[in-house]
Amino acid sequence: MLKKTVLNAAHRAMNARMVDFGGWDMPVNYGSQIEEHNAVRNNCGMFDVSHMCPVDVVGADCRAFLSRLVANDVAKLKVSGKALYAAMLNDAGGVIDDLIIYFLTETRFRIVVNAGTAEKDLAWMQAKAAEWKLDVTITQRRDGANNLGIIAVQGPNARAKVWEVLPQAKAATEGLKAFFAAEVDQYFIASTGYTGEDGYEIMLPAGEAEAMWNKLNAAGVAPCGLGARDTLRLEAGMNLYGQDMDETVSPLDAGLAWTVSLNTDRDFVGKSALTAAGQQKQFLGLILLDKGVLRGHQKVMTAHGNGEITSGSFSPTLQQSIALARLPLGVQVGDEVEVDIRGKALKAKVTKPVFARNGKAVQ
Amino acid sequence: MSNVLANLKYAASHEWMLLNADGSVTVGITDHAQEALGDLVFVELPEVGAHYAAEKEIAVVESVKAAADVYAPIAGTVTEVNQAAADAPESVNQDAYAAWLFKMTPDNVADLDKMLDAAAYQAVADAA
Repeated sequence: MLKKTVLNAAHRAMNARMVDFGGWDMPVNYGSQIEEHNAVRNNCGMFDVSHMCPVDVVGADCRAFLSRLVANDVAKLKVSGKALYAAMLNDAGGVIDDLIIYFLTETRFRIVVNAGTAEKDLAWMQAKAAEWKLDVTITQRRDGANNLGIIAVQGPNARAKVWEVLPQAKAATEGLKAFFAAEVDQYFIASTGYTGEDGYEIMLPAGEAEAMWNKLNAAGVAPCGLGARDTLRLEAGMNLYGQDMDETVSPLDAGLAWTVSLNTDRDFVGKSALTAAGQQKQFLGLILLDKGVLRGHQKVMTAHGNGEITSGSFSPTLQQSIALARLPLGVQVGDEVEVDIRGKALKAKVTKPVFARNGKAVQ
Repeated sequence: MSNVLANLKYAASHEWMLLNADGSVTVGITDHAQEALGDLVFVELPEVGAHYAAEKEIAVVESVKAAADVYAPIAGTVTEVNQAAADAPESVNQDAYAAWLFKMTPDNVADLDKMLDAAAYQAVADAA
């Protein structure tokens, strides 16, 4: 039995093509994935991401707990509302999950974790809080009473469309820089996203999600499926958990070194393993020069040894196939490499792992 | 709802076949297949002159979402490919029955009689 978000009926009413996405019955598109992708790059689109799991962390020891729990340093969260992207590691330095932490008050933080990892994440967090004997209460907000829906509204016109539908939120959110959140009545509105465009992710009481979805649609916001979400994040060079990294992969080998804070004497789970192993691979982009489509798990042959594509698809913005790949140290941006696609060695160019943001190609 | 044409034969692996007056068979992917794949961005066609056994991988269609093999529905030799479909993969989304992929000369034209008719294929598509 597939799990359903609170917007399931709304997707079906809009003739979405539904697929089994890690046990969730989710929309992959509402017609054309490429049109949905372009709507977000050029105008405004919305995604149901209510399968992701908000987790509230409340108590006197929030900071001490999060400081040890994740590889990024919550000491960077100085202003109420600020958000931090972080990886939660196991003792071997592998990534249990990537998540966003929002700092609300010294005794209240909110974390949003991935859908497919939510149960193991919660179990891990609860176990660590108990082991460290810290005063924190960890509560998931996806299922059951007081659950939240999440709608991501993304694109250059996203803010204006949200204010059209939620005028009371304008004053509190128009000054939000990227990666902040504001609470307005029952709405938690964050300037975060997974597309490389401006926009908001709105958490709201689950019972209000369908009305909000339909109001945004009436205001001209295009419903977009998880297919477009994947090509948008790929173009933006954003990692996808389970593809670009998992429990067997170090964040240093997955392009997440910028989220790992090793320069203080703060200890965190996985730190000693990361320090001992160091960086073994580099995480770079590929643009296919021949015709075809790059996909995850394809082998990359370089002058420095073989690597592997972790995510690949066709980029609607570049009109070429692009990929994220773990490549041997020594490979440089600009190098030409070969990718094994069904037994043929096709030519690709190594790039920085970002292809398009803010409506434009950056390669 | 995807479209199934009455004058064609079908394979359960979602290819359609049209028997031409000259004895050749035109092959493409069905409307159901293009709809399931989503926006196509790449088509790899077989080589003219190559022979394929029935159910062998003969071509590849890739959407933004996934790659899918196209199978030779019957045994035969490729006589012609539709380069226009490879140049504009979206044409297969627009009309899967107009944007054919290749033509083949069947080893045994009677093999076509074993393929699904429109009603039988509709049942396959509905169950997918």
